[in-house]
Amino acid sequence: MAIAYASTPRRVGAPHRGPITSLLEDERWLAMALLLPTVVLLGLFIAYPFFEGVYLSITNTKVGVPGAFVGFANFDKIWNDGIFRVAVWNTVLYTFVTTVFKLALGLWLALLLNRHFKGKAFVRAFILLPFIIPTVLSTFAWKWMFDPTFSVINWVLFKLGVITGRINWLGDPELAMISVIIVNVWRGVPFYAISLLAGLQTISPELHEAAAIDGAPPWKRFWYVTWPLLLPVTMVVVLFSVIQTFADFQLVYVLTGGGPANATHLFATYAYQIGVGTGLLSEGAAISLAMFPVLFLVVIIQLLYIRRVETH
Amino acid sequence: MAQVVIRNLNKKFDNEVHAVKDVNLEIRDKEFVVLVGPSGCGKTTTLRMVAGLESITSGNVLIGDKVVNDLPPMDRDIAMVFQNYALYPHMSVYQNMAFGLKMRKFERAEIEQRVHAAADILGIHELLQRKPRQLSGGQRQRVALGRAIVRHPQVFLFDEPLSNLDAKLRVQMRVELKKLHDRLGTTAIYVTHDQVEAMTLGDRVVVMKDGLVQQVGEPLELYNTPANRFVAGFIGSPAMNFAAVTVSDGGGALWAGNDGLRIKVPAPLSNRIGAYVGKPLTMGIRPEDLRIANGADPTDLSFGAVVEVVEKLGSEILLDVKVGGGSMVASVEPTTLTKVRDQVRLAINPDRLHFFDNASEAAI
Repeated sequence: MAIAYASTPRRVGAPHRGPITSLLEDERWLAMALLLPTVVLLGLFIAYPFFEGVYLSITNTKVGVPGAFVGFANFDKIWNDGIFRVAVWNTVLYTFVTTVFKLALGLWLALLLNRHFKGKAFVRAFILLPFIIPTVLSTFAWKWMFDPTFSVINWVLFKLGVITGRINWLGDPELAMISVIIVNVWRGVPFYAISLLAGLQTISPELHEAAAIDGAPPWKRFWYVTWPLLLPVTMVVVLFSVIQTFADFQLVYVLTGGGPANATHLFATYAYQIGVGTGLLSEGAAISLAMFPVLFLVVIIQLLYIRRVETH
Repeated sequence: MAQVVIRNLNKKFDNEVHAVKDVNLEIRDKEFVVLVGPSGCGKTTTLRMVAGLESITSGNVLIGDKVVNDLPPMDRDIAMVFQNYALYPHMSVYQNMAFGLKMRKFERAEIEQRVHAAADILGIHELLQRKPRQLSGGQRQRVALGRAIVRHPQVFLFDEPLSNLDAKLRVQMRVELKKLHDRLGTTAIYVTHDQVEAMTLGDRVVVMKDGLVQQVGEPLELYNTPANRFVAGFIGSPAMNFAAVTVSDGGGALWAGNDGLRIKVPAPLSNRIGAYVGKPLTMGIRPEDLRIANGADPTDLSFGAVVEVVEKLGSEILLDVKVGGGSMVASVEPTTLTKVRDQVRLAINPDRLHFFDNASEAAI
């Protein structure tokens, strides 16, 4: 840019500039002016809450009680908290299982959608529905479907003769976790499918034709051509989704509230329950912050991977 | 090595476009046949049906003596070079060339030997460890060729392989392709829209238009005796001049004339157009069969023209001239001193006149 400016000839007899205009002629001031809105927004909505959270986590603040500095007492406390440990395990399990299913189903859907068929555009738009509907809304619908009395799933299974009694989807600790996972997969698959479809469409059909002529049967074409070329997109999608899922809140909050008996608590829901529900702000902040190292690691891996792809 | 036979081949796409119509071709063993025609003439679709990349609506494709209509591409023992090279971007040049052999479960040592042999022929040894994106267009083209030749297939299929190269490289690769074919002797089908490529590479050339084969023949056969007006205009550069003329009988000879010229048609040709006396038809004359007339040229084999554009190409000069209500291009000696708006007299080579029926466009 500097070169471009330097080579632009000064217009002779240009009108006199005001003080602000001439200040913005200087690239350093212009850069600052252009960056300011972003800095303000990020500072207000990302940096401030984050540092406030860090500050809260090392005090003993409660709702209405300004706290004093307590060091790492909150972290010590949650370390020895059995429910916190359950929440950690749940979050890891929830993230891992849903990611595997979302990736597998999303890839399968993307491969199907990448073929030519009638009504392709409509189906592609339709697939996105679970992703477009506000989570709270769709989760309420699922809550009805899992309702012990009114469950449509139970009704269908009963009518088909698969079950004889009611399945207590959200009341049984193990089933509740499975239910939560099902809803998350349902909600997350479209994102995978559409992103991977976009990735698939960047792969030239000629490569598949070349591989077909080279003697590769369909699954080898997938394994040797499609998959390696789709991997960069897949990595980004997975890491994105892992971050989202790890910090998931709405879905569990609406569906089970973390219950039954804390069986479905995740980091976020447990932090909310402790911090807002019971008013122990500092402890809630400590629980939220415990997520940070894991997510930080994920982000680092993501950035390193993207850089590697870019430089190669 | 094998011959390829195409019998009554048809292709209709879902949208009812009839892309290939009743194509019949016999490509002999070791022959280099070029399919040429404008965009949408069905040449690439025909090639893709031979490759097995496109389903056949009706008709047969035989490779060797075997009908391959229902065989997948991998079982047809063919290799194809694509327009955009279609190199696997995540594999090295070596891996690209070895892929087909690996898929066919060749021994490691055999693969290595064949890839190196192909790399020697194409002079790409030092590129073997590179990725396709680190190569220039010409190098990619060589790798794509290498991937085809390591397999020792029965037939090579080329889908406009040179059209992504710049003009100079295209000429160079054209010569190398010709040499490669002379060396390997593999049957080859080559698709292009460039008639110069077709003429220089093909043992025989197939001219196609609107899904129909217009003419099949050796390059000079197409040039000298085009079957119809389309082939006459498509083969040769600059293109043949066409003039609407009416045939008349006078003084014991036949004359072809319009508002700008009146040519006495020589004997063997005049026999053929005898039925057209009093009727209009199209006369064709190539730019290289026109020259500036001198005093010795009879007036019934020359005509007056006004120069509109002078294109000096070095080896020749192209004159865009106005003849009566029409226009023509003449290729004249590079030493000719002619300027725009000059009045010139152009003499024709009467043995190289062509006549085409106006309705059927067939050569007479």
